[in-house]
Amino acid sequence: MHLPAILPWGVADGFSKQMLLVILSVVIIATFFLLAARKQQLVPGKLQFAGEAAYGFVRNSIAKDIIGGKDFMKYVPLLFSLFFFILVNNIYGAIPLIQLPSFSHVGGAYVLAAIVYFTWIAIGVKKNGLKYFKLATVPSGVPVYILPIVIPIEIISNFLVRPVTHSLRLFATMLAGHLIVMIAGSGIEYLVMQENILLKGTSVLVLVGAIAMYMLEALIMALQAYVFTLLTAIYIEGALHADSH
Amino acid sequence: MNQTIISAATEGTNPLVPNVWEMGVVFAGFAVLFYIVVKFVVPMFEKTFAERAEAIEGGIAKAEKAQAEASAALEEYKQQLTDARAEANRIREEARAEGAQILADLKEKAAAESARITAHAHAQIESERQAAVVSLRTEVGTLATTLASRIVGESLSDDARAARVVDRFLADLENQNAGAAK
Repeated sequence: MHLPAILPWGVADGFSKQMLLVILSVVIIATFFLLAARKQQLVPGKLQFAGEAAYGFVRNSIAKDIIGGKDFMKYVPLLFSLFFFILVNNIYGAIPLIQLPSFSHVGGAYVLAAIVYFTWIAIGVKKNGLKYFKLATVPSGVPVYILPIVIPIEIISNFLVRPVTHSLRLFATMLAGHLIVMIAGSGIEYLVMQENILLKGTSVLVLVGAIAMYMLEALIMALQAYVFTLLTAIYIEGALHADSH
Repeated sequence: MNQTIISAATEGTNPLVPNVWEMGVVFAGFAVLFYIVVKFVVPMFEKTFAERAEAIEGGIAKAEKAQAEASAALEEYKQQLTDARAEANRIREEARAEGAQILADLKEKAAAESARITAHAHAQIESERQAAVVSLRTEVGTLATTLASRIVGESLSDDARAARVVDRFLADLENQNAGAAK
């Protein structure tokens, strides 16, 4: 499932379009927010207002609401970077000619999920010491005779399944959306090429369906960026307050 | 294009197996972005947020200070007004008391004066009466003596003559009195 590379052309493991887009996304995000934040005024201009709204969304609606307390500010940079990195890379899939959500290639999703995975474990250990693993796997208030069942479930769900679902959710939705739009596009092209006029006409139906799917995919692209960041915030909050869960 | 995609899809191995180079690029890209965000973006936005909060709270504090000053001034003004009113009342009371004092003094003086005048008048009247009584007494004596000598000099048997003597005496007396009055 890898496109041929751009440089050197056609080689499977070369520098691909996906890599170029990832780098481009970093440039886009950094440029936008540095420009928006550059001339900081108390009464913001349009660009600054847009930047502040975007930043405030992650800061307040995700970090502050989920993590809360007074130490949520420490995790705002990570959540902010994740949200906009994923958002821009997903939105690529909805832009004509680019049409490639970067996380339809699973590697990127693995990397981000791994970063989050090690981050929340590190936070939990730093906050609670090695006792954190006990807190995370042995739920309080559960009768002792159920513990042999509960503890393996907790270990599997928290430490094994969590990073997998975290990464694959993003990857699978992006790949599926990408495939559906691609298949619809190819299907339309194929049907238009047919000799039979009626068969040719069915391409219109596919086009209508493809546009609807395209809209849905655009929504999912934004939604998945939000979901990934929200889950990150929830994992960090769980690690911070492991003793009260 | 289609052929490429299809061939890529068919040739492709398991889609869950990542391309290591892509992972490296994503990791590096994310690291750079994270660095920029930590180093510049978040501090810049937070600084603005803090400044804005400061500006708003500072404005509120300033307004509160002005409010406090205004109410202090009002309090002072009210205090002064109360003081002034009390002062005015005091002065008015004093004036009233003083007026009453003056009035009482005057009344007393007038009463004393009138008593003095009355006493003086009484004394004068008394002395005049005394003088009148003294002069009357001497005159009555003289008159009685004169009348008696006249009566004794005439015949007392003639009633008509006696009556004439008395009449003449009284007329003389009246003339004498009129002459004395003139």
